[in-house]
Amino acid sequence: MSIRERLSGNEAVAIAIRQINPDVMPAFPITPSTEIAQMVATYIANGQVNTEFIPVESEHSAMSAAIGAEAAGARSLTATSSCGLALMWEVLYVAASSRLPIAMAVVNRALSSPININCDHSDSMGARDAGWIQIYSENNQEVYDNFVQAYRIAEHPSVRLPIMICQDGFYTSHAVENMELLEDREIKDFVGEYAPESYLLNSRQPLSVGAYGLPAYYMEAKRSQLEALKNAKQVTLEVAEEFARLSGRNYGLFEAYRLEDADYAMVIIGSTAGTAKDAVDKLRAEGKKAGLLKIRLFRPFPGEEIAHALKNAGFIACMDRTESFNGQCGPLGAEVKSALFNARLMPEVINYVYGIGGRDVAVENITSVFEDLIRIEQTKDAGDRYRYLSLRE
Amino acid sequence: MAYNFKEVMNKKERLAPGHRMCAGCGGTIAVRNILRGLRDEDKAVITGATSCLEVSTFMYPYTAWNDSFIHNAFENAAATCSGVQTAYEVLKKKGKIDGTYKFIAFGGDGGTYDIGLQSLSAAMERNHDMVYVCYDNAAYMNTGIQRSSATPLYADTTTTPAGKLSNGKPQSRKDLAAIIAAHDVPYVAQTTLYKNFKDMHKKAEKAIYTPGAAFLNVMAPCPRGWRYETDDIMEICRLAVETCYWPLFEVIDGKWILNYKPKTKLPVEEFLKPQGRFKHLFKKGNEQLIEHAQAEVDKRWDALLDKCGEYSQGMIKKKEAI
Repeated sequence: MSIRERLSGNEAVAIAIRQINPDVMPAFPITPSTEIAQMVATYIANGQVNTEFIPVESEHSAMSAAIGAEAAGARSLTATSSCGLALMWEVLYVAASSRLPIAMAVVNRALSSPININCDHSDSMGARDAGWIQIYSENNQEVYDNFVQAYRIAEHPSVRLPIMICQDGFYTSHAVENMELLEDREIKDFVGEYAPESYLLNSRQPLSVGAYGLPAYYMEAKRSQLEALKNAKQVTLEVAEEFARLSGRNYGLFEAYRLEDADYAMVIIGSTAGTAKDAVDKLRAEGKKAGLLKIRLFRPFPGEEIAHALKNAGFIACMDRTESFNGQCGPLGAEVKSALFNARLMPEVINYVYGIGGRDVAVENITSVFEDLIRIEQTKDAGDRYRYLSLRE
Repeated sequence: MAYNFKEVMNKKERLAPGHRMCAGCGGTIAVRNILRGLRDEDKAVITGATSCLEVSTFMYPYTAWNDSFIHNAFENAAATCSGVQTAYEVLKKKGKIDGTYKFIAFGGDGGTYDIGLQSLSAAMERNHDMVYVCYDNAAYMNTGIQRSSATPLYADTTTTPAGKLSNGKPQSRKDLAAIIAAHDVPYVAQTTLYKNFKDMHKKAEKAIYTPGAAFLNVMAPCPRGWRYETDDIMEICRLAVETCYWPLFEVIDGKWILNYKPKTKLPVEEFLKPQGRFKHLFKKGNEQLIEHAQAEVDKRWDALLDKCGEYSQGMIKKKEAI
């Protein structure tokens, strides 16, 4: 039975955490993710969960304590944003390479400086190569549904890797939307008990975690980690299928919106996908064949599937909500172009940086991107392939 | 229970031989003897900060740890251990744990006094039921003898080299035991490899079995960094204690207790002389440097006596003035 609710994205995550009832949550406040830890602390104070909260002194210690707890055999999680995620950078790698299925609610926010509390993806994009699974959400419903599925993907025996469930700061974390929740019992059954094979507190078999790896072994350790991450793709689909049977809501590796016959495609991540769908509808109404691909799973990157989904589009806009400072593309642009190249597809790809530091993105702005693509087709002049959207000049 | 040396020495070995620590390493001796504070029937999870100890005892595919062991990074052993200990509390409540576990973190002075101080301070303030042990060899030995905030005044290290214009480290060492004691944790102690190890064994047991957070600061000489003959380690430690350079004390629930007061306090020169890192102090014309080192030891020793309610020279002078 689903429950209709009006909730913010942070509330949606907190409720998912309450329903999952994990073991240990170390966390340190940072806007806009702070509320998640506050709400979990309140559940604990009211006896609604068995979770232990560790009020650490920094995000570095939050991730460090989560690593300790998870290695010890406890289902662990934390929540953070922006500089908090950046401070964890070193230990994100330790979590992944120690094969610890920690869940982290990431509420995306710009990195300093200038200090800025608003949304962009520079925090989690900066952590994209740390070995974590990354899933992005468009709206509050997706935030909830993705978090519910997180441990099932992360803890799968063929995966055993940490997972970030990302949502856009303020756009979803603080905005209240209508959504549907599942019953506590349904969530408990869906997520199940955590039963790790090897853990520090296993009295039958002690365990050493965090070895010094010489050149004779380090490379193989990384390769086996990669194999596990690649496995997360199939597991994500299997878990989504099971979740669809429970909730009636379908998820895949990405969402293709009016993409099948689109000449002009946009690839985007996060809440702006909603705005982009409106723009696509508007253009379609005018007879212009626009379509959208919204990323859900960014790590591992489902390159083959994405290239296949984009195969009919001659003109593609890749939308990056972060600056990668390489002078030619953003992280999404790099991944998509690499996937297209590997599939021997050569559409025109224009990479846009948009919405960084919380710069507003309206339907007109997205429409202007599609209009750029149409103009490029007409003039056969791509112009600058790396552009900023809505920049004050 | 009364202390029985034979019983303590007959406890099972928890750090197996075959690890790659240097011959005569004070850190290894400290770790093996701290672990004798555990009751044989109890299990432990050991956390190691990145250090000589960590890279030498857990080099894949070998581990020297008979108990469960976790290494996370350099600056976060205390936070990591607090996570392990919290997991234990939750899983115990859920009936998922067999037996009693104790939680001990080891870090060198680099991982403890310096890069790990924030994480340590927070774990102590949260009063996790754990023991943090600093094996203090007074410099970053794992990276090649760079100074730390535990390095004593005038020590020659690779980042405070003695030279034409330098007398070694210009600053005195940080008093970490006092800093942790100021967190008001139930148990703090300072010890070293002293005589028959009774002091260390007793403090280890107290630290491990006192509920709440405990901190042990263990002076653990490094023959490479301190440049003395490997065989001389016990003599070096004895001189550190007899000169009052490294006093043995405890702070139990905020009460400072001096565990040993030498009948005759030896001049600090005796401690400095056998060590190559202080060689430059004994060049002609550098006599005042040894006086500075002595003044530093005297100042700290007097302050400690005051805290422990013992009569210090300073207090006697004050009384005489009245």
